[in-house]
Amino acid sequence: MADSIPVVRHKRARAPVPARLFGDRIFNTATFILALSILALLFGLAVALIADSFPAIRAFGLHFLISTEWDPVNEQYGALPFIYGTFVSSFIALAVAVPLSLGVALCLSEMAPDWLSHRLGFLVDLLAAIPSVVYGLWAVFVMGPWIRDYVEPPLAHWFGWTALFQGPKVAVGMLSAGVILAIMIIPYISSVCTDVFRVVPHTQREAALALGATKWEMVTTAVIPYGMTGVIGAIILGLGRALGETIAVAMVIGNSAQISASLFKPAATLASVIANEFAEATSDMYVAALIELGLVLLILGIVLNVVARALVLGVQQRRYRETGK
Amino acid sequence: MAAGVSTLHGETSYRYRKFKSDSMMAITVGATIVTLIPLFLVLGYLLTKGVASLNWAFFTHMPAPVGEKGGGMANAIVGTLEVVGIACLIGVPIGVGAGLYLAANRASQFTNWVRFSADVLMGVPSIVVGIFAYAVIVRPFGGFSTLAGSVALAAIMIPLVTRTTEEMVLLVPPELREASLALGVPHWRTTLSVVARTALSGIATGVILAVARVSGETAPLLFTAFGNRFWSTSLFHPINTLTVQVYTYAISPFADWQRQAWAGALVLTAIILALELGVRWVTGGAAKAPR
Repeated sequence: MADSIPVVRHKRARAPVPARLFGDRIFNTATFILALSILALLFGLAVALIADSFPAIRAFGLHFLISTEWDPVNEQYGALPFIYGTFVSSFIALAVAVPLSLGVALCLSEMAPDWLSHRLGFLVDLLAAIPSVVYGLWAVFVMGPWIRDYVEPPLAHWFGWTALFQGPKVAVGMLSAGVILAIMIIPYISSVCTDVFRVVPHTQREAALALGATKWEMVTTAVIPYGMTGVIGAIILGLGRALGETIAVAMVIGNSAQISASLFKPAATLASVIANEFAEATSDMYVAALIELGLVLLILGIVLNVVARALVLGVQQRRYRETGK
Repeated sequence: MAAGVSTLHGETSYRYRKFKSDSMMAITVGATIVTLIPLFLVLGYLLTKGVASLNWAFFTHMPAPVGEKGGGMANAIVGTLEVVGIACLIGVPIGVGAGLYLAANRASQFTNWVRFSADVLMGVPSIVVGIFAYAVIVRPFGGFSTLAGSVALAAIMIPLVTRTTEEMVLLVPPELREASLALGVPHWRTTLSVVARTALSGIATGVILAVARVSGETAPLLFTAFGNRFWSTSLFHPINTLTVQVYTYAISPFADWQRQAWAGALVLTAIILALELGVRWVTGGAAKAPR
């Protein structure tokens, strides 16, 4: 490895380097190149996706994003059904996951004693360790049928008058995909929220309690407002996870390039259609269109991730400014 | 804050406020329990369905042809080890080296850009990384291959390893470094033999968590390593992996394949949980993968 490293040429003339510092220069150059490779990886990722989807970008332009027609036989490609499916399934996931995650985070940071809090936090983290394909397997054979038999009938009975809960009750569809996504993103949202709430200075809590607040009033007046940007960051981070989650969704969403208002109907997401069709894509344009779906996913992922990290970092910096810790 | 304080002086009685507080806090406990139910359900089903389907042939036999009963996932187990192993060979040196650089050059703008890129890479969906490996390996080489799968997994590992290495190295007391330098040891030897050596258990923890993470990846392998019904350990041919095999069997219409999918899922989850639990046990529960 060290032999192949090119000698760095400096423009300014330098004093001759003592022999014992030569190792430093080699080491510094080597680690610099490795660090550079991370920049190169991100750059290469973007370039490779843009280059390989270029035929589709040139052929369909911005129309690609708003066309609902996905017809590989006639070489017509539009991403809207998948963009729609991605966002709807992710929002179902957030609707389920956010209240639960906030509950978990508050329980861990405000209720549970330290020894219990860490053990419970560990169990919640284990949810993130289970592979996506295992969640998919469980969702196909256990959760999906359960949702069809016990969740969809009451939803159809009480809310059937809305367009959301109409049609035949099925095990695979948008609702199942949203629920399995919720289970998968809860550990991410709750762990960031727990960290954010733990960062809230104790003086804030004590001030609220000293004013006569109950524990819940302390949470709503001191803890949550202080950590609000962090909580929003955690939610956006969870959204980013949900958008890109592939295999479990591909297994339970039903894979249909149709936009339908009912959550019982099968749908498809950007990630799930890539997973299902990529290996079988026959024409060059088909592959290019699928890669362009990946490009859309990459851009969404990067934007959400950058925004989320900035928000979470904001809370930590505020604490540092105010308490010096 | 002002709105919150005014409710404290509202007309509601203390008993009502106390009741509300207690019930809301009880709801947070309830939310934690509800959240953990799927964990136990998934693990429970894995154990009951998986153990029932698991037998010795699963570990020693090849996948059976369609319509034939029996068979196993011997090639997939070896394939997972090979793909993840090569991913480590590519990803760990890059990740650790970059992490050492980030920790050693805190102030530079370049460091900030690299750290930012690593964070962004962690948020890139894994299937997009799969497309990247397809574009840079599968297309130029003209076919699905072990190498492509390993490159995809390495690309997922690198940012994780980089960030944990950086954090672990920053935990090393600067006095150790200074003591070594004061003894006349060159910077590079100080970094490797003193700093990295001290942070070694932390770095290893990060690597193991990254391995656990990529071992469960399916999406980036679908069109890189692709899967293979036959025995293959060649770097340049498609190779079977546990995750892809479980995926294929799970969505198949055959009961016997679905049964094997449960067995495969059990083995896969057992490996990953063993890695995660092992690391936590050794480090006393402090280890946490970067998100």
